[in-house]
Amino acid sequence: MEHITLLLAIVIVTALVFDFTNGFHDTANAMATTISTGAMKPKAAVAMSAVLNLVGAFLSVEVAKTISSGIVNESGITPEVIFAALVGAILWNLLTWLIGLPSSSSHALMGGLIGATIASVGTSGVNGGTIVTKVLIPAIAAPLVAGLAAYLASRLTYRIGRNTDPKSTAKGYRAGQIASAGLVSLAHGTNDAQKTMGVITLALVAGGVLVPGSNPPMWVIASAGIAIALGTYLGGWRIIRTMGKGLTDLQPQQGFAAQTSAASVILASSNLGFSLSTTHSCSGAVMGAGLGRKGGVVRWSTATRMFVAWGLTLPAAGLVAAGSEYVTKQGDWGVAAVAVFLIASSTAIWFISRRQVVDHNNVNDVSDGDEPGVVTTAIAAVTPPPAGVSMSHSLDDLKTTIPARNAATPEAGPASPAAV
Amino acid sequence: MKIDWVALGSVFGVSLVATVALVGLFTLGIIGLSKQPSTAGGSTASVTLPRVGAYACFALCLAAVSFGIYLIVT
Repeated sequence: MEHITLLLAIVIVTALVFDFTNGFHDTANAMATTISTGAMKPKAAVAMSAVLNLVGAFLSVEVAKTISSGIVNESGITPEVIFAALVGAILWNLLTWLIGLPSSSSHALMGGLIGATIASVGTSGVNGGTIVTKVLIPAIAAPLVAGLAAYLASRLTYRIGRNTDPKSTAKGYRAGQIASAGLVSLAHGTNDAQKTMGVITLALVAGGVLVPGSNPPMWVIASAGIAIALGTYLGGWRIIRTMGKGLTDLQPQQGFAAQTSAASVILASSNLGFSLSTTHSCSGAVMGAGLGRKGGVVRWSTATRMFVAWGLTLPAAGLVAAGSEYVTKQGDWGVAAVAVFLIASSTAIWFISRRQVVDHNNVNDVSDGDEPGVVTTAIAAVTPPPAGVSMSHSLDDLKTTIPARNAATPEAGPASPAAV
Repeated sequence: MKIDWVALGSVFGVSLVATVALVGLFTLGIIGLSKQPSTAGGSTASVTLPRVGAYACFALCLAAVSFGIYLIVT
């Protein structure tokens, strides 16, 4: 630990911040339906999920050998590239949280890595075919698999239980749902905390602190586990509301079917060698369960917004990461500038979120009226202009990229000098 | 670019079967437990049998959850 430079320290802190956003962004996966069906009180649900995430982080001793699943060539990666990738991923996570849309944190991280790698060494560092097989196909397959399973399971449970009194069975379904949600939380802690450990370890290797191929040190495992647990406990209430109430209305039977489907898909996919995103599986399961009840409806406008966010995850995180990488390449002042940009943007997003607070008290109160405006403006702001990718190669154009993002978050301007 | 359709297909199949089987079992368990003596016509056998069946269903679900935890740990 004695050779850790300032840059490495910044990368480690940023990785833990990403881990934290990952935690509160993905609380919804395990707990949204549990909270919306009333199986658990909101605070108790996030507390249980946080504990299981923490336990999950320590469970697996298998090292995440590769953080990007072979999408980028990791041998020549520098701490600056990792930093830039994390900036892109964090900002995308915060933005999607602000507009309350579930999106995959791992896709954000992959997008960040792709963008930063392209800006650093060019397109040769990225394996295009792997993007299709590891990102695009799973993003389409996950909601279909989980949705179909949840749909059939909901149909079945309503069919078998059609002669029973809903009041007497609700308690049982809720217990089952809590068990499934617990499994999802545990799996999440194992997978996603591991990812951050992989990022930090990669940075330490790149910075010459660890020899290549070494295991994450204990302090890395512990800090990653604690960061994801704290994030989970904070709870991404906006996303929980969308998943639990916004997409469809769930009864205990459906919540149980959805969560069981999500748990099955996640465990099957990670053990059968075709990795599917937790977020995509859970969202698909919720929609499938919604359709599985007679008269159940899915709010397709919300679902469409979510699909759009999924499609934008990779390019948006990639674009921000590419811009950040371009600036960090300029030297120490560049790293400092990107760090200030990250802090200013995050602060701005937080201030915007305070205008309309969503927390454990009002998470189950649906108010659709205010959402479209925020979403439309935010999506318009993050939609990359067609020429955006090639533009970010020149500094002048880059300067236009960053103010453009600040424009999406009005407080960033005034907050920026204050943060310096 | 090679898409591993076999892996994807097996994920699809296993998830589908596991979900439907587990939800079905659990539902049977819940229904078995919800049978009340008063509605079952008085004989103890008609309450005991569903009850035993219900516990068997729950035991299978518990086994599945344990297997899930085992998969996460290893």
